[in-house]
Amino acid sequence: MTGLLGTLSEAWGEVRVHKARVLLSLVGVFLAVLAMTTVTALGEIAAQVQQEQGEAFGGRTATISVQAYDPMTGTVPQEQWTAGVEALVARYGMPEEAVATTAYGQALYRLPGGTQTIDTIRVSPSYGPLHRIQPVQGRWLRTGDRQSMSPALVVNEDFLGLLGVSDLSSRPTVVIGGPQPVLATVVGVARWSPGYPVAYRIDESAGDGAAAAAGGPDGYWSPPSLELWVPSAQADAVTGAVQSDLARLLPGAEVMANRADPENLESTIAKLRLAVRAAGLVVLALGGLGVLNIGLVTVRQRIREIGVRRSFGATSARVFSAVVLESVVATALAGLAAVALSVAIVRNLPLEEWLAGGVPLADAPGFPVSAAVEGLVAATAVGALAGLVPALIAVRVKVIDAIRF
Amino acid sequence: MSLLALTGVGRDVRLPDDSLLPVLGGVDLTVEPGEHVSIVGRSGSGKSTLLNVLGLLDSPTAGSYLLDGADTGSLGGRRRSRLRGETFGFVFQQFNLLPRRTAEENVAAPLLYARGREFFTRNRAAREMLDRVGLGARALQVPERLSGGEQQRVAIARSLVRNPRVVLADEPTGALDVETGAAVMALLAEVTAENGAALITITHDLSVAALAGRRFRLDAGRLTPVADGHALAAATSDRSEA
Repeated sequence: MTGLLGTLSEAWGEVRVHKARVLLSLVGVFLAVLAMTTVTALGEIAAQVQQEQGEAFGGRTATISVQAYDPMTGTVPQEQWTAGVEALVARYGMPEEAVATTAYGQALYRLPGGTQTIDTIRVSPSYGPLHRIQPVQGRWLRTGDRQSMSPALVVNEDFLGLLGVSDLSSRPTVVIGGPQPVLATVVGVARWSPGYPVAYRIDESAGDGAAAAAGGPDGYWSPPSLELWVPSAQADAVTGAVQSDLARLLPGAEVMANRADPENLESTIAKLRLAVRAAGLVVLALGGLGVLNIGLVTVRQRIREIGVRRSFGATSARVFSAVVLESVVATALAGLAAVALSVAIVRNLPLEEWLAGGVPLADAPGFPVSAAVEGLVAATAVGALAGLVPALIAVRVKVIDAIRF
Repeated sequence: MSLLALTGVGRDVRLPDDSLLPVLGGVDLTVEPGEHVSIVGRSGSGKSTLLNVLGLLDSPTAGSYLLDGADTGSLGGRRRSRLRGETFGFVFQQFNLLPRRTAEENVAAPLLYARGREFFTRNRAAREMLDRVGLGARALQVPERLSGGEQQRVAIARSLVRNPRVVLADEPTGALDVETGAAVMALLAEVTAENGAALITITHDLSVAALAGRRFRLDAGRLTPVADGHALAAATSDRSEA
């Protein structure tokens, strides 16, 4: 115990006494750890942005998209599809938030500038979390919206512009045309900029029955599709099982199931992270060489001191560990300072503006702990490695030559 | 049983041409606790080698060296280092204080290698020791700001802070003027005696050697007792030639 404390005390004393030299040797390590940690953190955040943007379209990893059509009539009757999907989901015991339904289509909206056909996606409330849609105003669709006579809408900013408002403070509504016009309520705004207006509409609402009774749907809709969010490892197995199971539940229908999320996104991101890490390591190795260089010069200047310490009873092991620890204490402190500065830099940069075009991240990663830990571990490891050679030289010092009575 | 007992100790040094040069030969010496011994000899007579052997910094190539009756020849490196720290205090001609550390840090430095209470109370012990050598008021000064005499007093305090049983002093007054040297030597002898430690001094200074209870002359690696001042003077007569 006292041995360890003594060694640490010795190492700290050395660092304290030779502040200028230590600081000089640590500039390289400090900059290297700062660069490595910052770049790794930015890489992690960029990867998150990449992943969220990819998942916004294709769904989270792994999303299985399922469609069915009737070879004779084209579409499977809605009731039959709904019953089949419910039976399938119940059989698989899937949680509600891992299952979404979508139907792409177009609907007529009566806007201040005139009636306009606008791309609309009818979705179940779980579609939002599954595609990481994070409204910039208002909220996403909820299960309770299905009870409302007025269908809930989440629109993009282009759509909001057509309504002649800039925010939701006026609780905007819009009439969706059709045989039986229905007044829809805009409950949220999502940042999605394809360059034209788009709306997400709740899959069903209390007013739908009236519209149907009045002679038809209030728009043109593609056959609905089902999205299932499953663990990556089970994606292939689930795809095959869904295809055959749903086909049995929908006699006469052709069922297609395929993976919708960008499958190679994970490996692309892994490669990106690897490249960033490799670059960081090269920079760190260069910093380590600087520490080693100054360590070598210094240990030769300290041969007499090492000899004196041996006369106090310092063992070879103690001399070795003291020299290594000097290096480790110094680089660990440099690493700590570099990580702190890196956190300050990364936290104060407008990253969402730069990386995601202002789209808020659903799971904003903050400063990755892994990058901070890696920075500290790397700095300490560099200190240990750079201290190794000077420590070996220190141990081989001949005490009687060093002291010269 | 003597504190230190050297019997027929020899030390050969291997030269670059692989031949052996005998530096010490057949040295017999016993030192009792609290005794003051001085060794005089001309340059190259083997004084430093003898001090290295005595202080467990070097090992003899012949003979035996018993410390408290135990043979030091069989000691491993770690035990040897520990025993050195616990048994010996060193005073060097050039002081060898650690640069840029305060006097207190220098005096406390040997206690970094001690254990338990000695380790944890090292700063207090260092201050007390500095008080004993009259430097309590300069405890926070670095060696670069101390005079030669003060530096050697710090070195004396450092050599005694672990309460060693033997203090080995190599030309302790060699880098000091006559007056300061005499004061330092008197202090070293006094504080060592107070601590009950044996003092072995290597010196060219006859007045310093004369302070010892027993005096030896080292010539061409051979140690012989010196009875009177004439023989002592003869032993160092070549000083001016060297």
